[in-house]
Amino acid sequence: MAELADAAHAAAEHGAEGQTVQEYITHHLSYLTYGKFPDGHWGLAHTPEEAVSMGFMSIHVDTMGWSLFIGAAFLLFFRYIGKRATSDVPSGIQNFVESIFEFVESQVNSGFNYKNPHVGPLCLTVFVWIILMNTMDLVPVDWIPEIAMAVGGLWGLEHMSFKVVPTTDPNITMGMSISVFFLILYYSVKNKGLGGFLSELAFHPFGKWMLPFNLIIEIPTLFAKPVSLGLRLFGNMYAGELLFLLISGLLGAYQLPAHFVWAVFHLLVVPLQAFVFMMLTIVYLNAAHEPVHADH
Amino acid sequence: MDITLTIIGQSVAFFVFWWFCAKYVWPLFMDVMEERRQKIADGLEAAARAEKDLELAQAKSTDQLKVAKVEAAGIIDLANKRGSQIVDEAKDKAKEEAKRIIAGAQADIEQEVNRAKEALRAQVSAIAIAGAEKILEGSIDQAANEDMLNKLASEL
Repeated sequence: MAELADAAHAAAEHGAEGQTVQEYITHHLSYLTYGKFPDGHWGLAHTPEEAVSMGFMSIHVDTMGWSLFIGAAFLLFFRYIGKRATSDVPSGIQNFVESIFEFVESQVNSGFNYKNPHVGPLCLTVFVWIILMNTMDLVPVDWIPEIAMAVGGLWGLEHMSFKVVPTTDPNITMGMSISVFFLILYYSVKNKGLGGFLSELAFHPFGKWMLPFNLIIEIPTLFAKPVSLGLRLFGNMYAGELLFLLISGLLGAYQLPAHFVWAVFHLLVVPLQAFVFMMLTIVYLNAAHEPVHADH
Repeated sequence: MDITLTIIGQSVAFFVFWWFCAKYVWPLFMDVMEERRQKIADGLEAAARAEKDLELAQAKSTDQLKVAKVEAAGIIDLANKRGSQIVDEAKDKAKEEAKRIIAGAQADIEQEVNRAKEALRAQVSAIAIAGAEKILEGSIDQAANEDMLNKLASEL
């Protein structure tokens, strides 16, 4: 850590705008926040401190905006392709979209053993959406923020932060994993009945005489699902982004090869994390559809 | 970690996108896939049917060939029979013709013989009369002689 700090100081002295590496990275890791100031009025936060002062009653305009934009773009694009798709030999872009569709469908077919026509669309949405959000990580870290700062300067926001990768925002990943969690609860209760669902928590795995132990095991297991689902994605993408920022902040002009190496590595992480999120969603929902064990 | 309203926004977006995907995107591709699957199945079925048809056609053609062969054999047989019949008929006709010719010839010959006999008879009777005249020299009952000579001539 000491070397890292030294390097940071060294780089900071070469910083073009007198910005230290810490400032550079902090700036890149904070959000463009719109929210309720402590005095009650709503507006854009001009500094990270202001953003923090808003607490829960604020929204990350940048990550939320990118997330919505990417999701809408993906769905409209798929719809556009789907509208023009024919059952003849698929060509070019249709083939590409169909291969994604078929990939997701085959994963759902092999991992999900029950009849539920809503799971396929869910997985397609989650998979492609997350892949695209993660891919924003491969856009050079300063391009869009610099443009945003230039645009923001027009309204006196020349130091505005502008995060580009929605999945480096825990709100985004947890927003999705909590949605999945609600789906787990909904389908569990729907398929097992409330009694069945609760009995799974209470009488499993050790039978009814060990009820407290069962609860101690099962309830954290249940809540660990959304937390691990959301934080895994967030952690991977946040770490990836942080490394890009470190490379860009510390290495100055020599950053290109390091960027390239890390980007190639990240190229694996981007689809892998989307795939993991989708697969776990399938697994969790499959478990939510399983009939209650008859032995209790 | 600063949890904000964003988490709710993302959850809402999640469900809206899910709904949109389930309603407007997923079915399009499902339909296309199903249609293509159906097309391929139809194609395979058509191919199987064509193969069966070919088999049937082949069986039919061999059957027809067999029938044709039998028919042809029948026709050849008939033709042979007819041929020999014609030959037989021709032979019969020829024989008859020959007989007729022979009969005609015989009749001619007989006629010729008869004519010759007639001539001969006349000559003989003339010779006989001349001879008898010579022998008897004169008194001979013309009528009785005539009678006797005619008897003689008919015996010739």
